[in-house]
Amino acid sequence: MAEVFQAIDQFPVTLKTWLLGHAAGVMPEWALPLLSAALSITPILAVFPLLFALTTVIERKGLGRIQNRRGPNRVGIPLTNIRLAGFGQFIADGIKSLTKEDIVPRSADKVVHFLAPIALLIPVLLTYSVLPFGRNMVPLDLPQTGLLFFFALGASTELSVFMAGWSSRNKYSLLGAMRAIAQMVSYEIPLILSALTVVMIAGTLSLSGIVESQAEVRFGFLHSWHLFTPWGLVGFFLFLTAAAAEANRTPFDLPEAESEIIAGYFTEYSGFKFAIFFLAEYLGLFAMCGLGITLFLGGWLPPFKFLGFIPSWCWFLGKLVALILLFIWLRGTLPRLRTDQLMGFAWKFLLPMTLINLFVAGLWHLSVTSVPMTVRWIGGFALLAIPYWLLGRGFEAKVGKREYRFAN
Amino acid sequence: MTLSFAILAGLTVGSAVAAMSLRNLVHCALGLVLTFAGLAGLYLQLNAEFVGFTQILVYVGAVAILIVFAILLTRGTEPANEPAAVSPWAGLPVAVLAFLAMAAAVLASPVDKRLAAPVPEVSVKTLGQKLMTDYVLPLEVLALLLTAAMLGAVIIAMKDKEDLQ
Repeated sequence: MAEVFQAIDQFPVTLKTWLLGHAAGVMPEWALPLLSAALSITPILAVFPLLFALTTVIERKGLGRIQNRRGPNRVGIPLTNIRLAGFGQFIADGIKSLTKEDIVPRSADKVVHFLAPIALLIPVLLTYSVLPFGRNMVPLDLPQTGLLFFFALGASTELSVFMAGWSSRNKYSLLGAMRAIAQMVSYEIPLILSALTVVMIAGTLSLSGIVESQAEVRFGFLHSWHLFTPWGLVGFFLFLTAAAAEANRTPFDLPEAESEIIAGYFTEYSGFKFAIFFLAEYLGLFAMCGLGITLFLGGWLPPFKFLGFIPSWCWFLGKLVALILLFIWLRGTLPRLRTDQLMGFAWKFLLPMTLINLFVAGLWHLSVTSVPMTVRWIGGFALLAIPYWLLGRGFEAKVGKREYRFAN
Repeated sequence: MTLSFAILAGLTVGSAVAAMSLRNLVHCALGLVLTFAGLAGLYLQLNAEFVGFTQILVYVGAVAILIVFAILLTRGTEPANEPAAVSPWAGLPVAVLAFLAMAAAVLASPVDKRLAAPVPEVSVKTLGQKLMTDYVLPLEVLALLLTAAMLGAVIIAMKDKEDLQ
């Protein structure tokens, strides 16, 4: 029985080796690395855009449920009465955006306007190459620099946002781009600092190495995910908050606040270019969730040892879908922040908290042998909870006379 | 010379030329970003993964944004129609002189007589340890410099507080 589960777990790897083995006799020597790369890329390009398509439907249905309406429930299989509860919607949306007219403003910078969506999508897709999707399933294993690669590519998306906003020659686009860049630059620091705690403890920048550092089994059944430590628990939520801001998700969706600046930096994009922006934004969110899973939620590891028979890639995808549902729930629940609140939150709350968390992680690592477990837990939580309470006091709603500084 | 080196070198040099010769400042900045990315590619080709990705993180991620912000905040991006102030040919003797000086320095140095050192095993760990032991003073000085720059920026930004009243 165990062998059957093992075979299902390693099925993608076996399939790739089998295909490569058969191609070795037919294809020339130099083409084999290219084929190997193509075989690693194809599942990423198949799975994640499909997940994006399904997420758009699930998000609209979920938001509909939260807002006490139905959401899309009509589109099913054409020419029949089968509705699939509306899950054919994404195909209709895709056809619509493919066939829509592509409008470029007359005064726009045509070349930059054309390049911006491409320059956004390529780095986002490249980030997937270092994520470990399952046991032995890393398309590109960088033992020295895996995490750095991810953050380097994440940082290079900011420029394409500027390209889109500036080239459109539209004040709302430029405002949206400026908001987006200010937000992404600010939240990048807490994002990287909260991920750094894991690097400190695991002692490696390799993402598959970080997953392996969580494989140890405690009390006979529990895998030692980094989430199950004081710094990991706090770090995970700091990471998720910063990731939501990086991906421009509600409550941090000021760059495209539709009630203020139309659609932000992609106001002047239509048709399939708009669809590419939409796709890149969601793929960026999925990649961030994937990184959070790898760093704190044990990657493809199950929480309990006895659940190990479920294939590793199912665990990864399951955790990913759970995080996506969490973000949909947050979008339906939280109102959008104001710009000053956004910046204040990043610099006055997230940054000090991540620095304290880094300190606690260092203490945790130093006291690993000398101090008993309960003392470390209580001490770690005390060191994190007190600053949380002190820093959080400044963000409570104050009831008083509102002062309109710029309107008087 | 491998094909990948030829592509990367062509990209780097071509985008550097574009960054110098285009009339629109934002286009120049975007060309410069491409140069940074090409340099990162060259580092990667030399197996310096850490330096290559740090180059992307710092230059493409941060310095490029800084340049673009500086352009947008200080002047319009409309390309001016007047011709360049100085004829480009004036730079030619300067370039030739600079090249000759560098070539003379390179030829005079004993660089070609040196034996290739064995490739050291450089990991991110050794880089970090060097940075925290041998090179800790330059690191601290850099941090001080950046802090001073940040304080200066804050002071410049704070100036108009009285103007509001």
